[in-house]
Amino acid sequence: MRIAFLADIHANLEALEAVRRDAAGRAIDRTIFLGDIVGYGADPGACVDIVRDACAAGAGGLLGNHDEAVDASRFKLNGNAEAAIQWTRAVLSADQKAFLAGLPLSITDESRLYVHASAAKSASFPYVHGLHEARDSLMATDAKLAVVGHVHAPALYHMTVTGKVMGFVPIIDTPIPLSTQRRWLAVMGAVGQPRDGNPAAAYGIYDTATNEMTFARVPYDIERAAAKIRAAGLPDNLWQRLSTGR
Amino acid sequence: MAKMDLAPGTVLDGFTIGRVVHKGGMAIFYDVTHPDHAIPMLMKVPILREGEDPATIVGFEMEQMILPRLSGRHVPRYIAKGDFARQPYLVYERVPGDTLYKRLDTLPLPPLEVAAIAAKVATALHDLHGQHVIHLDIKPSNIILRDPDGEAVLIDYGLSHHVQLPDLMDEEFRLPYGTAPYMAPEQVYGIRSDPRSDLFALGVLMYFFTTGVRPFGDPQRLKGLQRRVWWDPVPPRRLQPAIPPWLQEIILRCLAPNPAHRHPTAAQLAFDLTHPEQVTLTPRASKLERDPWGMRMKRRFNPDSFRPDRARVKQLDARINAAPIVVAAIDLSDSHRDLTDAVRVTVARILATLPDARLACLNVQKINLITPDDHLDADGHSIHVQRLVALKDWARTLNIAEDRVTCHVLEAVDAGGAILDYVRSNTVDHVVLGATTSTRLRNILGSVATEIVQKAPCTVTVVRKSRAQDTAAAASVHLA
Repeated sequence: MRIAFLADIHANLEALEAVRRDAAGRAIDRTIFLGDIVGYGADPGACVDIVRDACAAGAGGLLGNHDEAVDASRFKLNGNAEAAIQWTRAVLSADQKAFLAGLPLSITDESRLYVHASAAKSASFPYVHGLHEARDSLMATDAKLAVVGHVHAPALYHMTVTGKVMGFVPIIDTPIPLSTQRRWLAVMGAVGQPRDGNPAAAYGIYDTATNEMTFARVPYDIERAAAKIRAAGLPDNLWQRLSTGR
Repeated sequence: MAKMDLAPGTVLDGFTIGRVVHKGGMAIFYDVTHPDHAIPMLMKVPILREGEDPATIVGFEMEQMILPRLSGRHVPRYIAKGDFARQPYLVYERVPGDTLYKRLDTLPLPPLEVAAIAAKVATALHDLHGQHVIHLDIKPSNIILRDPDGEAVLIDYGLSHHVQLPDLMDEEFRLPYGTAPYMAPEQVYGIRSDPRSDLFALGVLMYFFTTGVRPFGDPQRLKGLQRRVWWDPVPPRRLQPAIPPWLQEIILRCLAPNPAHRHPTAAQLAFDLTHPEQVTLTPRASKLERDPWGMRMKRRFNPDSFRPDRARVKQLDARINAAPIVVAAIDLSDSHRDLTDAVRVTVARILATLPDARLACLNVQKINLITPDDHLDADGHSIHVQRLVALKDWARTLNIAEDRVTCHVLEAVDAGGAILDYVRSNTVDHVVLGATTSTRLRNILGSVATEIVQKAPCTVTVVRKSRAQDTAAAASVHLA
């Protein structure tokens, strides 16, 4: 089975559609949406609808911190993120908000764990920025493979039986065999707001038969997505950063 | 993990276990057969004992990751692997031929034979580096000369580094892993991402095979390993006077403590080994004594200039791309002077951006099949030598270091075929040649360019003069 992992769509419809077109050519059997469907971008409603329809057809969806913040009584965000979420709150329908509120914090799938931010303290959404946090995350689960998003930059961590953790920045479109002698934490880049210096939309594909993880990048119509954010009156930084991927 | 009893006759995933071919410290090798695979095959099974060195497991994990990605003539063909959950194994082609380990009893070997073997190994290394892998354990027992063509095949990828995959070995162990006599200084200091580490190991092999002595001995402790950063070996010609100076130049360049002072790529090393007359000789080619005591102490107590800087280690692919072998194919006849000038401008632009690139200037001297010995002109000067002089003059104005340029006059009936042969046998990366735009001349010159563009296994740049120049040249041909 080939599983596609889409994290941090952030209401970027152009990026989401480009990734779905790319995935359509890669014989994907199942899709997991790793959270943060909304926030930052100008198309939250359309993106939620796409994810909701996919979940109704068998895909898995997870709750991200931006999705949770749509419900004003729950998780609070800062600065531009809060400005965007207030705008988002006003444009989403009650049905769309209800779908987001119903998303789970984690999904366990055979020996794999999917969660938005980290296997450790998943409800407080910590960032896996390096070896230290990766180790915390891997220690909090016994899954052979944990897949997360949230940091907007792809990375792959692995831990030996003796508890040593090492990290690796994946090369685009190079399938990486995940040795069964160790446990793995795959951090997906963002579909809708990459921050690793490459503005192309990021997602990942895991093949359960070959036990290989592939990190893919898809160019999309950035100018269009940026123009919509600008037209919506959201903070300038949110459209400016799309073209630099920072 | 469960360990199965692999007695002869056992069937594992369709492979029937045969006799034990070799039992090493880390693995056992069995002959195996499979109804779907007709070729001779080996099954490598790691020896996993309680309290076993964890490097055995990690090395086997690495080899299971890397070998399936490799292909071509210089690696054993991968067939299958077995997971650690049940029985870890790797099945690959049993390469016909002996490893160089079998030669150890016959050392020293004649220098030219060692150079020929080393050229084959360097060619194999360049192929491996081009597949994003640094071997990091080049030594006689990991090199097979394949029967019957004698090509080098590199085996055992347990210590290797694949630049596109996570390095399970890196930072896992406090001590450097490798084979003590062959390990490059940067490997001793934990750097696993420099392809020139493999050139150092090949330099050790050449030194050992020509003299019968290992240049740095076989140290068993870290301190002893680190000594190779400042302790230069006795020049091999001192031990074996039959070694020609050009070969000592190559061997000592490979053994330079700082990888930046070795050949930029394995292809450039292979080029030197197969073109001895073109090797630029420095004082080290003829030296018979080790460096003076003071110089060694200076290195010992100021190792920074010799110890590679981890941050400055370039990625493998970037390194290979930055050090191409470029061929300029030059037509020396007067009527094409403008065109050869235009070729020079293009070559200069390419070399300006690539300080490690190497340029080979080629000219083809057509020979007549019927009177093949008619190669002296009336003055008794060889046309060959005249052309070589003219090629060197063409290259002179490029103003690049002498050791980056070589000139070659190929004698052949067919110019295109000769250039293509040269390109293939020297793993050339880029060919630059001129072609005329005039219809009349294209029939003569253009056919060579077309053939090379169609058949060369590398980038080809075809240079043309500006239209104005071309019209002038065509007119002058008319007048002549």
